[in-house]
Amino acid sequence: MKLSKRKLVQPIVTTNPVTVHVLGICSALAVTTSLATALVMSISVIFVLSLSNTIISVIRRHIPASIRLIIQITIIASLVIVVDLVLQAYLFELSKRLSVFVGLIVSNCIVLGRAEAFAMKNPPLPSLLDGLGNGLGYAWILLLIGAVRELLAEGTLLGYEILPLVEDGGWFTPLESMALPPSAFFLLGLLIWAVRSLRVEQREAPTTRKPEVSS
Amino acid sequence: MDSVNPLRWWQVFLGLPNRRPAKAIGIALLVALACSLTVALTALNLKPIADANRLRERAASLVALVAALGVDMPRARLVELADGEYVARDPQSTMMLDGGRDLAGLGAVETVAEVYELRDSAGVQLVVLPVRGAGYQSVLKGYLALRGDLDTIAALRFHEQNETPGMGAKIADPAWQALWTGKRVAGDDGTIRVRAVRGDGEGLHEVDGISGATRTVNRINNLLQFWLGPDGYGPYLARLKAEAGT
Repeated sequence: MKLSKRKLVQPIVTTNPVTVHVLGICSALAVTTSLATALVMSISVIFVLSLSNTIISVIRRHIPASIRLIIQITIIASLVIVVDLVLQAYLFELSKRLSVFVGLIVSNCIVLGRAEAFAMKNPPLPSLLDGLGNGLGYAWILLLIGAVRELLAEGTLLGYEILPLVEDGGWFTPLESMALPPSAFFLLGLLIWAVRSLRVEQREAPTTRKPEVSS
Repeated sequence: MDSVNPLRWWQVFLGLPNRRPAKAIGIALLVALACSLTVALTALNLKPIADANRLRERAASLVALVAALGVDMPRARLVELADGEYVARDPQSTMMLDGGRDLAGLGAVETVAEVYELRDSAGVQLVVLPVRGAGYQSVLKGYLALRGDLDTIAALRFHEQNETPGMGAKIADPAWQALWTGKRVAGDDGTIRVRAVRGDGEGLHEVDGISGATRTVNRINNLLQFWLGPDGYGPYLARLKAEAGT
């Protein structure tokens, strides 16, 4: 595979920021109550991550090491404010449901993590692809969890009825617990388990060892 | 002339080693300038759309409030706050409030406000008063609806607030707002007594507070004191009461 293409594809599964590095969990739990909020959040993060990576990479040679973090955060925060303003203007209802979580993209470890670990050391194009890839890696997990939660809690996807609810004369009894934050934890845990079972190399080394029994 | 060529200065600046404080200060200034310009231009360009959204939400909130009470849409009237008389035109003027009177933290208040009145043959049935004030970390805007006795609260709703989610933001919770319904505004002596208290509210004037949101709730108490008082709708309500009495 070409190097640049690998930069894009690798973070989607192999070095996925959520399942491998377990970053960005806070927002992944908060905005996945429905597919629509997960979708808007995913697009916002992809936008911020790609642009912040590109901008930081363009000026990386002129960022003094002593003030590099504050420069990175300033750029990221400005992009986040722009996204927040655009959402408030064009997707007013959704922006209210997302409440603080768009603003909290600033403190999403994935964004600053990629700026520091990748964009500061690589040229703009690979940095853009890296941002895009990591954003997509975050997005598919959000979308999957959002879809499962909305489907099981409301019987809908993006507001369209998929499973007819008992209260409307259908057969599906919704799982109320899926609307609550802990369910996102369980789903994410199951997902990480599944991914790591298929991709054994992602398993972490055990932090404890079996005691050696001397006979 | 080479020494005054801006392009040359730029190259010299970029050529400075990153360790030099001048470079660090220069880069910090440039990044700050570019970022603030981007944010300011975006905000300016999107302001008309955001304002329109807010107006639509405000109108929808009034419609929802009236629908929940099951009454007809009240009629909008312009009222001079100082004497409570109807006026035909809004002069768009404001009045400064000095510290002691500025309970809602507004700084200045308009001299003419728009209120909504529902009358039938028996007189005033419902008035809906727009109220606003400084919250803990955002501006709170809402509607206070009073029944025909001008003392019983029919509804209190906030359609705009940006308080801490899960804490102050609970003021937007319909269940909490419903606690205000049926409470009485004034005590026997005519002072404004309705308020949310810490813990459980008792009697005709008290509403349960929200734990973890004491400051936000206190600001609501203050803004109600202001808007029902002499610098708010006090004179207007007094005039309606006098009208009903005669």
